[in-house]
Amino acid sequence: MAKKLMKGNEALAEACLRAGCRFFSGYPITPQTEILEYLCWRMDEVGGKCVQTESELAGVNMLFGAAAAGARALTTTSGPGFSLKQEGISYLCASDVPAVIVDVMRIGCGLGDIFMGQGDYWQLTRGGGHGDYRTIVLAPCSVQESVDIAYGAFDLAEKYRHPVIIATDATIGQMMEPVELPEMIEHDINKYDWAIKPRLEGEEQRAIWNRYWDWDWKDPSVGGHMYPEYVLKKYGEMEETEQRWESVQTEDAEIIIVAYGTSARVAKGAVARARAEGIKLGLIRPITLWPFPKKAFEELGDQVKAFLDVERNILGQMKDDVILADGNKHPVEFYGDYWDNSNEITIVEKVKEMLARY
Amino acid sequence: MKEIIFSGIGGQGVLVAGNIIADIAMEDDLNVSWYPSYGFEMRGGAANCELKMGEEDLQSPYCMEPEVLYTLSECAIDRFEERLKPGGVLLINSSVVSEDRTYRDDIKVIKVPATEIANECKNGRGTNIVMLGAMAAASDLFDLDHTRAGVKNYFAKKGKNNPKNDQCFDMGAECALAQL
Repeated sequence: MAKKLMKGNEALAEACLRAGCRFFSGYPITPQTEILEYLCWRMDEVGGKCVQTESELAGVNMLFGAAAAGARALTTTSGPGFSLKQEGISYLCASDVPAVIVDVMRIGCGLGDIFMGQGDYWQLTRGGGHGDYRTIVLAPCSVQESVDIAYGAFDLAEKYRHPVIIATDATIGQMMEPVELPEMIEHDINKYDWAIKPRLEGEEQRAIWNRYWDWDWKDPSVGGHMYPEYVLKKYGEMEETEQRWESVQTEDAEIIIVAYGTSARVAKGAVARARAEGIKLGLIRPITLWPFPKKAFEELGDQVKAFLDVERNILGQMKDDVILADGNKHPVEFYGDYWDNSNEITIVEKVKEMLARY
Repeated sequence: MKEIIFSGIGGQGVLVAGNIIADIAMEDDLNVSWYPSYGFEMRGGAANCELKMGEEDLQSPYCMEPEVLYTLSECAIDRFEERLKPGGVLLINSSVVSEDRTYRDDIKVIKVPATEIANECKNGRGTNIVMLGAMAAASDLFDLDHTRAGVKNYFAKKGKNNPKNDQCFDMGAECALAQL
């Protein structure tokens, strides 16, 4: 198929439609608004429903309803709106309802600013809603990867009956790159027997409920409350099978950068510059932020001296996960840009300064 | 790999100018990234985009050493001149830049009265196309014919055709060629 020059946000929206998504509910916010704008006209063409809701809360709760009825449903937002959606995400997890939620990240807490940032790692990976839950979080680093990840995200959500979050950022969302789009598929809203629908007389009732109250009343030997075992198994399976990452020149690397999304692209530039100077620099790029790709760290050799967490925020939100994945064996430092564009040259300077110390 | 920054004021078509060059690069099967940045305003605020293109895999979308700086406003020069690579080409819209402005002496400055030329062609919104002609003539990105065809092709894909664009493009190119 011929390549097309598309903005990350629009390409992601198109990929969701091509995956059979026929319901969108969301509220405009920079740098995510192109998704809503695009779906406002494009959803009509494919026979779906696009609702500009009165708030982010309404957006996530309409999504809850559509997904409970078996539709492939999408909502998208950025930082401040993502905060508002947390309650809905907690309810989706409690009810085993699959859906896709996109956070096109910007910078800062509160209103922060509309500019490029990776401000939401903690919220994405720890969850800002209440209760015991996790969500798979996928972080593409290009327009093409936004398409590929969005296209597969609904399958992944349905595999676990669980919301999947895609975390992009203002740069990936607004930049244009040539993309190849996958073929259009139609999703059968009646595909799953758990999905609710109007009941005809004589039909068994279907319901979406709070799974916390899953109780085995019949067999006392099972011991009643089934939920703890169920969620432990579900999240355990996700952690075991869904870790995704890309390793770049880590085989002989003495310093390894850990970076995702746009920061990973800048870090790749830094790796190329460092290598040209004979510096053994590598990169681990988490593609899943949760489950964090711990397996990538198990493969590393003894030559590693330290890690450098590169993000686009101020506090280094991913640093703790790098320390945990490494098992606290090496020093982990942080490099963050948050005002000017992330800079591959100053990253290399930071690496040189680290090598002088370790 | 080539790096180009396009900068001006919202409404002048700087993002479209970058988009056209990105489109030519894609049609030529090159890797390309186009990264925009603009203010809150619909019109009148600063607008710019950074373009990278080449046969190799592109990583960071941010330009580190741009070799061409395409500007349509004076504040664009203020902001980006220092980032231009030594020996690089600075294209300025002399219709809106003060004549006594001084420039770095290690770069090539091409002065094009782009707004006046566009008005002369009765194509008031064609300032960006005039400057694309000048850019094609003064840089080694894509040659003149290929770039002119790329402009046409870009608008044709949108179902648009403005014959005055060719005239704007050629006059911009002519103006730049006279300064080389």
